[in-house]
Amino acid sequence: MEEEIKLMKGNEAIAHAAVRYGVDGYFGYPITPQSEVLETLEALMPWNTTGMVVLQAESEVAAINMVYGGASTGKAVMTSSSSPGVSLMQEGLSYIAAGELPALIVNVMRGGPGLGTIHPSQADYFQATKGGGHGDYHFIVLAPATVQEMADFVGLGFDLAFKYRTPAMILADGIVGQMMEKVKLPPARPRRTEREIAEQCPWAVTGKPEWRKPNVLTTLELDSYKMEENNLRYQRTYRAIEENEVRYEEYHTDDAEYLFVAFGSIARICLKAIEDARERGIKIGLIRPITLWPFPTQAIAEAAKGVKGIMVVELNAGQMIEDVRMAVEGRVPVRHFGRLGGIVPNPQEVIDAFEAEFVSQSQK
Amino acid sequence: MKEEIIIAGFGGQGVLSMGKILAYAGLMDNLEVTWMPSYGPEQRGGTANVTVILSDAPISSPVLDTYDTAVILNQQSLDKFESKVKPGGTLIYDSYGIHRPPTRKDITIRRIDAMEATFDMKSAKTYNMIVLGALLGVRHLVPLESVMTGLKKALPERHHHLLGVNREAIVKGMQLAGDC
Repeated sequence: MEEEIKLMKGNEAIAHAAVRYGVDGYFGYPITPQSEVLETLEALMPWNTTGMVVLQAESEVAAINMVYGGASTGKAVMTSSSSPGVSLMQEGLSYIAAGELPALIVNVMRGGPGLGTIHPSQADYFQATKGGGHGDYHFIVLAPATVQEMADFVGLGFDLAFKYRTPAMILADGIVGQMMEKVKLPPARPRRTEREIAEQCPWAVTGKPEWRKPNVLTTLELDSYKMEENNLRYQRTYRAIEENEVRYEEYHTDDAEYLFVAFGSIARICLKAIEDARERGIKIGLIRPITLWPFPTQAIAEAAKGVKGIMVVELNAGQMIEDVRMAVEGRVPVRHFGRLGGIVPNPQEVIDAFEAEFVSQSQK
Repeated sequence: MKEEIIIAGFGGQGVLSMGKILAYAGLMDNLEVTWMPSYGPEQRGGTANVTVILSDAPISSPVLDTYDTAVILNQQSLDKFESKVKPGGTLIYDSYGIHRPPTRKDITIRRIDAMEATFDMKSAKTYNMIVLGALLGVRHLVPLESVMTGLKKALPERHHHLLGVNREAIVKGMQLAGDC
């Protein structure tokens, strides 16, 4: 398949990108608002073309453990779900992280807690970036704002996951999952051969040949000294990721008097609000973290130096704001605006919130 | 060029697919496009709406509070969106079922009788294409040929024998707009 320009939903783009990347296996269980990922994969029937396995598991718990098993053999495997389903996967994610296994997990967030709503949300920021399962672990978290990024981050997520032997997550919201946009799909590439996997993943459990000792992948280590060694190794990987893989975008920050920080599709709503505000002479800039972990701490600290205040806009009650506040270290006021439970604010609401926090106060 | 459009009516009127075909037509015309279905609590209660943005520059927010053009297909949607049209913008509405017509003086208001035209065509399924034609007749956003190419892409091949009747419906809509 050649490069192709299409109009599609973000969820559909993830499925197309997975087949074109040469993913070996997808294991998932349907849940709104991301069911199109599984549906599109079933419609594409990649098992007839690339040999990719697409399997509807009996539950999210089963799906994530199928990912755990597949990843252990060096295959490129993934799952997708939405908030309540991703909660069910947390134990498996902790094991995959501890096993130092590459895998891609997609969370198209909906409003919670509990079963919540089927409408968009960003309330799983803490769960994704702070480790929703047990133990000291992190994984790379990518936050797409466009349908193009939904497609691109499949490849990027797997590339990073294999580079660092860690899971990667695409943390999307229901908006970017459900909206349609123009997307350029990359040319298809073949799945890796068994030989290529053996070369690239010497740790993989693929059956012991005569010439080497068995590979063993386990997360159990009853010798605490060895377990501390394991943990220190994980931490070295995390420091390397923090060093090399921070990604973000800046808009209108050069002359900004105030700063918005927002991720995912909400960043685009903020951008529209900023464009409208600038027509009235209010100079606001925007930083859009693309990697939520590792977080663009330095970029935000740097941008905070020249501004009077920062507003963090999220579809939650205030989660990323904690990381922004840590970056800013109290030098400027950091306020929050969010809607909850599946409500999406429009650009005018964002500007109204900004003016209530900053403009009217300074005029008083 | 940038056009921010809301299309609103009842579920089942073909609002979402009309928006999709418009977006596809924009894509065929090398424009940037977004298609954002009403995706909030407001979708409950039978109304359906979709925001379509066509632009020759990258598009920021897919969610809007005001629109250049509103295409309105029932009273609830008219009540909700008349005030959201930007001054100088355009409101196109189907007269069918409207008992409180729009009153604003600072926007262009075009009434179309799309439902009646649908009865003439003897196919209720052409309704949204007549409305799309009317939109294109009033706001020359994309050429008819781009719409037809978009339609061909949006429709599965097994429905391609319907391209002709869809084209007729769009042309009929364009004529309706011209007659207003």
